[in-house]
Amino acid sequence: MALAERRITATEARLEGLQLVKGGWSSAARSDALQRLRQMGLPERRDEYWKFTRPDTLVQPETPKASVFDNDERPIFDGFDRLRIVFVDGVFDAEASDDLSLEGVSIERLADIADKDIHWAKDLYGVLEARGQSPVARPFAALNTAFATDGLMIHVTGKPSKPISLIYTHAKDDSDAILHHVIRVDAGAEATILENGPAAARFNKCMEIDVADTGKLHLVRAQGRDHERRAVTHLFARLGEESTLKAFTLTVNGVLTRNEAVVELTGDDAIAHIAGACVGDGDFHHDDTVFITHDAVNCESRQVFKKVLRNGATGVFQGKILVKEGAQKTDGYQISQSLLLDDDSQFLAKPELEIYADDVACSHGSTSGAIDEDALFYLRSRGVPEKAATNLLTLAFLAEAVQEIEDEALAEDLIERLENWLARRS
Amino acid sequence: MLEIKNLHVKLEEEDKQILKGVDLSVEAGKVHAIMGPNGSGKSTLSYVLSGRDGYEVTEGSATLGDQDLLDLEPEERAAAGLFLAFQYPVEIPGVGNMTFLRTAVNAQRKARGEEEMNATDFLKLVRARAKELKIDAEMLKRPVNVGFSGGEKKRNEVLQMAMLEPKMCILDETDSGLDVDAMKLVADGVNALRSEGRGFLVITHYQRLLDHIKPDVVHIMADGRIIKSGGPELALEVENNGYADILNEVV
Ligand SMILES: Nc1ncnc2c1ncn2[C@@H]1O[C@H](COP(=O)(O)OP(=O)(O)O)[C@@H](O)[C@H]1O
Ligand SMILES: [Mg+2]
Repeated sequence: MALAERRITATEARLEGLQLVKGGWSSAARSDALQRLRQMGLPERRDEYWKFTRPDTLVQPETPKASVFDNDERPIFDGFDRLRIVFVDGVFDAEASDDLSLEGVSIERLADIADKDIHWAKDLYGVLEARGQSPVARPFAALNTAFATDGLMIHVTGKPSKPISLIYTHAKDDSDAILHHVIRVDAGAEATILENGPAAARFNKCMEIDVADTGKLHLVRAQGRDHERRAVTHLFARLGEESTLKAFTLTVNGVLTRNEAVVELTGDDAIAHIAGACVGDGDFHHDDTVFITHDAVNCESRQVFKKVLRNGATGVFQGKILVKEGAQKTDGYQISQSLLLDDDSQFLAKPELEIYADDVACSHGSTSGAIDEDALFYLRSRGVPEKAATNLLTLAFLAEAVQEIEDEALAEDLIERLENWLARRS
Repeated sequence: MLEIKNLHVKLEEEDKQILKGVDLSVEAGKVHAIMGPNGSGKSTLSYVLSGRDGYEVTEGSATLGDQDLLDLEPEERAAAGLFLAFQYPVEIPGVGNMTFLRTAVNAQRKARGEEEMNATDFLKLVRARAKELKIDAEMLKRPVNVGFSGGEKKRNEVLQMAMLEPKMCILDETDSGLDVDAMKLVADGVNALRSEGRGFLVITHYQRLLDHIKPDVVHIMADGRIIKSGGPELALEVENNGYADILNEVV
């Protein structure tokens, strides 16, 4: 079968089991997305953008099974004062969630407002996703817009007193969840959104974020510990003048994770930091794919990704900074590094810069290496046992990414997860 | 306290003999100095004693008290009381100097079955010791040796020594790259640690450090052997005439 034909067959097979939601304000966006998806088709392993990550288990109609992983680790963000919103296998759980009212933010459920005639989210739903389809196709995001069954429309109008915490639990070993969130941060408003949990056996999540001038959004995410879960997630963000988006993701295990972030800096003096730390062991494949477009003057972007890999785990980074004509005084930084704890693990990286302005400062670097033997010996010579020294150096390696989290208490909580991960392997 | 007997060491990776029969005995309370031309094997000796990879002991022994050093992991040697102040202290980005010190102190205590030092006591002690070495709070917060000047790195080595209170201290070229003031500071730090129960092995290329840290015994090392030993006057001889005379004399 020719590639094009194979792609169509695979895409149609996947679509067969999915139901398009009809009626309501989102229906036009959904059918547009479906059309987009049919045009591009779902990814094929020979696609350039998927050359490091096999998409087949994300494409196939049947959900690859993932058993629910029970562990006695204290849940992350536990003990933080936050607005808890729970999704079980991708379905909002009102009982387990807090009341959705919080000053400075309005939160509605996509499933509840679907049949309304019109909604503010109409200007964003599928809109940022569609913008993000060029120059590179992101078919799973189009699929998400078309078929999302749940999600939240979060409108940040002020400065909510606590983080909005999305908790994704996984209950069935064949759950296949599609969630779509839309977030709008008004001018001068500021919020923190937390996400955690494995979500489902297979999880497709899309988040569209519009930050108005001077607005600020912090995202801190911890993807779940379930070993067998799969996830493909997209973040599409558009940033206005003097606005800020800071996103950090911690990934500990999961057999397959592809996190895409597509950020457009459209207002002058905007700031976007996208960072991630992941630790993988064995049958673990983690892919960070980031595309940042500078389309305004004096904006700053940072991509900081660190991966610790052992026992044959694979890490992928595809990161791009595109500086458009006229985006002068751009400050773009990109670093992706892996620490390979053995010879079986691998890190595949494709860092890219594309610059059409002349007054910019962009740097990128990608490295892959083992534990620094000199540092290890230095620590041991001071009495620190080999394992503890290795762990200390591993955490130090991850530190540059973790430091991207502004809130120190949240950072501490994430570091504890990393320490636990290391301790379980000592 | 430190007994080195007929120590032969070659590189693990290649057939290159570096130490060719070193005999040395450092008693508690004494300061021994090793001088010698570059490449004579001084750093190798210090690395082999502290357990660095890459060397193979082909003959001989090294003991600290009743412990066979060559049988121990580097961290066990440290817990047994051995300390090496590195010629080139290693930079460790991402690990705060304070965290590093505390981890080391408590790891050694734990290994010796002692109680770990609590955060308050540790802080008090480290501040006092740091002050003596003119190490400011900023330096304690920074990642280990990252962005430190040569002098700061060496003072940081002495600070670690002061915190770990080892029985046997080996100082490898602790004076290299230091100006006179920095050297004095380092020497004062070392002298403050001199005590009945503690031995020192001070490796240096130049005599000047020995003006400040007065040795009891001076050894000259050349081509992997100690070719001559004597009192402090031997260091002066080197200072005045260089190594050539001594080397010729022995051959
Ligand atoms: N890891 C190594 N690889 C290759 N050569 C080495 C290594 N370590 C030491 N040597 C060699 O061994 C000899 C002694 O070196 P070293 O112990 O550093 O001397 P010193 O400290 O007295 O200047 C030198 O010839 C040096 O080049
Ligand atoms: Mg040397």
